[in-house]
Amino acid sequence: MTSKTQTTSDLFENDSEKFKMIAEDVTISYGDIPAVKNVNMKFKEKSVTALIGPSGCGKTTFLRCLNRMHDMTKNAKVEGKVMIDGIDLYSKEIDPIYHRRKVGMVFQKPNPFPTMSIFDNVTAGLRLNGVKDKRILNEIVEDTLKMAYLWDEVKSDLKKPAVELSGGQQQRLCIARALAIQPEVLLMDEPASALDPIATQKIEETITELKKEFTIIIVTHNMQQAVRVSDYTGFMYLGDLIEFRHTKKLFTDPKNDLTAKYVQGQFG
Amino acid sequence: MSSLEKRQEYRALFKQNVQKRLIVDKIVRIIIISCVIAAIIPLGSILFEVFKNGIAAISIEFLTEIPGSVGSGTGGVGPAIQGTLIVVGLASLIGVPIGVMSGIFLSEYGDNRLARSVRFFNDVFMEFPSIVLGIFAFLVIVLVLGHFSVWAGAFALSLIMFPIVARTTEESLKMVPITYREAGTALGLRKWVVTMRIVIAAAKEGMVTGVMLAVARIGGETAPLIMTILGSSLFFANMNTPMDALPLRIWRLSMLPYESAQLQGWGAALVLIFIILGINLGVRTLVLHKKETMQILKTLKEKVGGKN
Repeated sequence: MTSKTQTTSDLFENDSEKFKMIAEDVTISYGDIPAVKNVNMKFKEKSVTALIGPSGCGKTTFLRCLNRMHDMTKNAKVEGKVMIDGIDLYSKEIDPIYHRRKVGMVFQKPNPFPTMSIFDNVTAGLRLNGVKDKRILNEIVEDTLKMAYLWDEVKSDLKKPAVELSGGQQQRLCIARALAIQPEVLLMDEPASALDPIATQKIEETITELKKEFTIIIVTHNMQQAVRVSDYTGFMYLGDLIEFRHTKKLFTDPKNDLTAKYVQGQFG
Repeated sequence: MSSLEKRQEYRALFKQNVQKRLIVDKIVRIIIISCVIAAIIPLGSILFEVFKNGIAAISIEFLTEIPGSVGSGTGGVGPAIQGTLIVVGLASLIGVPIGVMSGIFLSEYGDNRLARSVRFFNDVFMEFPSIVLGIFAFLVIVLVLGHFSVWAGAFALSLIMFPIVARTTEESLKMVPITYREAGTALGLRKWVVTMRIVIAAAKEGMVTGVMLAVARIGGETAPLIMTILGSSLFFANMNTPMDALPLRIWRLSMLPYESAQLQGWGAALVLIFIILGINLGVRTLVLHKKETMQILKTLKEKVGGKN
């Protein structure tokens, strides 16, 4: 077994604060190989937490456990606790469906449903969960597409197949689709990696705007992006959470050597 | 990093290679095209032969009437057309749902020992000679009931059908990228909703092709029908009597020593081909272009309404 790595953190030590999600001793393995080891993290309500680290460090794997996406992966095993509003997402009595509706997710590659129009994509989570009222659907489509900065580009053409949009537009559509189910937490797995700088800037503005209402957890390869959008940053390396602190402190005054090297661009 | 000379040496290698590659490319293309032609020639000549010989037999009388006296060259294949539509329709009603559901099970819930054995037996089943399935239907239905029956025919054909449908459904569903399932799951949808509304929607075309392959296959089956519906010269009476079907009629007509009967056999074969083609095109249009079809129907309705 691997020895337990101590996370450097000065966060939430005497916590009277309100946490939306708490991950306790989370270990995720694929077969016998652990990809995430004993990670402890707390996510404050209405804040943005960024996860950074080199490729293969386990940040996406960790993000996916926060709404039980590993249920779909053969061989993946999650140990530990993930609490959302005080309820353990991995407890046996829990139906993950209800919690997934609280937790929206945006994936690394845009994945709009290929057979559906723009409108139908945004409303998929609602319609397939039984929302039929046209007026409400229309309202939500406009609202969420505006939040995702896509509305102006598609408002006249909502019946168009989603796959005819450009890659960046598709990704913003997926953000709108995730927001449409009115989640409280938004998980984003490198949402801007397929976007150009302008679209990226728009997404970042969106994130800053969404922070007023949502708890956002974002995986990113782009350290400047982490600095721009997040309040807290966790640095992961080889499955361990090395350092988890206020974003500013982590980037300007890293306590751990590995973190220092990474944020200075010496490896990654 | 390799030195400049090394890299120039590599480049020289590539250049020399170009001519050879172009030739290989041409040869491969010629082989591929010849294979396609080799595959199309028999298909084309069969269609041509059937059309050439069969077209003379086609008439309203031929399509609607019962067979005339043997060797007279009169009458038609009405009962056979009717019988084929009934038995293929009934077999599809049984075979398609079972096949599609099995395919969904194999693809979406197929990661366990049960599914692996189902998949294995399904594959074995698919290779069964159809006459064996006919004999099976004969034993369990015809012998038990004591008479030939339409049910037995539909049962035998559905046994041929569902393994094909199950396998093609499974393969089509597996082609759908996991990212769509993930996206659906992340929206808080239940697995069956994701499967039914998202995965199947994306796999529809392959599934329809599979079903159509199976329909075409059973439409032409003769052996199991001899054991189950036997054949008849009369129109469908009830489920518990023998019934005619086009493959049976083609077989009987082609066995007769009269030229007029053989001509009718060609005609019946042509009719069968057109029926399968018609079903294929019809189902494809309905399932894959539902919106367009509805639009056409709507405009037609409006036009008809306008005239009144």
